[in-house]
Amino acid sequence: MEIKLQADNIAKRYGSIDVLHDVSLQARAGDVIALIGASGSGKSTLLRCLNLLERPHAGCLTVAGERLALTPDRTGELTAADPAQLRRLRARLSMVFQQFNLWGHMNVLRNVIEAPIRVNGLSKAEAVERAEHYLARVGVLHRRDAYPAHLSGGEQQRVAIARALAMEPDVMLFDEPTSALDPELVGEVLRVMRGLAEEGRTMVVVTHEMAFARDVGSQLVFLHKGRIEEQGTPSDLMTNPQSDRLRTFLASSLHRAGHA
Amino acid sequence: MIDLQIIQDNLPAFLDGARVTILLLLASAVAGLSLSLPLAVARVSANPFLSRPVFLFTYVLRGTPLLVQLFMVYFGLAQFDMVRDSSLWPLLREPWFCAWIAFTLNTAAYTTEMLAGALRATPAGEVEAARSLGLTGFDIYTRILIPGAVRRALPQYGNELVMLMHATSIASAVTLVEITRVARDVHANSLLAVEAFGTAALFYLALTLCITGLFRLLERRLLRHLARPAGAS
Repeated sequence: MEIKLQADNIAKRYGSIDVLHDVSLQARAGDVIALIGASGSGKSTLLRCLNLLERPHAGCLTVAGERLALTPDRTGELTAADPAQLRRLRARLSMVFQQFNLWGHMNVLRNVIEAPIRVNGLSKAEAVERAEHYLARVGVLHRRDAYPAHLSGGEQQRVAIARALAMEPDVMLFDEPTSALDPELVGEVLRVMRGLAEEGRTMVVVTHEMAFARDVGSQLVFLHKGRIEEQGTPSDLMTNPQSDRLRTFLASSLHRAGHA
Repeated sequence: MIDLQIIQDNLPAFLDGARVTILLLLASAVAGLSLSLPLAVARVSANPFLSRPVFLFTYVLRGTPLLVQLFMVYFGLAQFDMVRDSSLWPLLREPWFCAWIAFTLNTAAYTTEMLAGALRATPAGEVEAARSLGLTGFDIYTRILIPGAVRRALPQYGNELVMLMHATSIASAVTLVEITRVARDVHANSLLAVEAFGTAALFYLALTLCITGLFRLLERRLLRHLARPAGAS
């Protein structure tokens, strides 16, 4: 199957602290890769390196067959050699954030049509049609004229998912999309994400929701101290963890889940 | 007793003065705001060659009295042959032009810092989201940063306009016949201070009410994304 996103040998450090060592990741069309690990394991940093919101110190990124040209800056971090190429590739990797990051002064519809108009060059009418389709898809079309501050967290995150979908990206990146939500709102967002996975969308998801990772993930990647400690299908990893660290991690997160 | 007759007799003069005050306020506010937006963007730039000169400008203008600035423009510039020989001299020897320059620069300095603060207060996540979707730096400024910052600065800018309107009374020091100057003339002729300055105060108060009313409308429109929605508890 077609490789949608390939990251090779990503390394990242903050000052003298290494946060990612030589991490590689490959997402084929329809893959749902769940990145799991304790906080500080580097999973969010890895995700943010994939669209260069964080600049890695080494590595190589390929999106839908197109390799991103990277060049080191003064500090040794890699930046895009061609900003236009970076923008083009970012538009194919839309991201959903933990804190939603909707644009506060724009209403819901405006949030969703903005990038398709500015980046993909859609007419306003086309963008509105597309936005309404995806807002309906995530169940918040009735809130199209509301402002983000007037929405619940779950609604805001679903609008953010619609905003990402409206780019019709090759890969969707989710950075702990349910971690900032009240427990009773987590379900509505996870339901939408399950639906997207069932549609065959390619997704890379940083998550603490082990049930979601188990049921929806096609690949589980367990990070520990900036390295991939174990990687495989969810059933293999969860029923038969090879390392003590994954065993400990699973035990503690399942313990947490049991109390949730 | 208050002498209403003297107020009534001088009402046309006060209205002329109010016209000068309003024109000076509008001309300075429009020019100052137009200058301050690019200056604010430069002020928050990571490039010190852009941000430093702007910082110096706002520091000097905010660190010295407006009256001194006005005297520097009106009396100070005339000291230089170069200025007197320049093609701008017919303008620069006009008190209204000097007042306009001084008020424009002064309000531009305050408004620049206000907008720069509002730009810095943009939630980092909003910019990240824009970058992650592939928007250009120009789009991020014109669609996300500036519209957000202008809205955040709006209530503060309303206060700045009221202060600027009050500050126009200083223009009387360079012979402009605005409201305060009219009041001083009336006082000089009649020696009735309460009538003269009381009338001036009422004019200023009415103008303040207009400005605050206008900003209340603007805020209702532009800040509705922060308002409590109807029906919410």
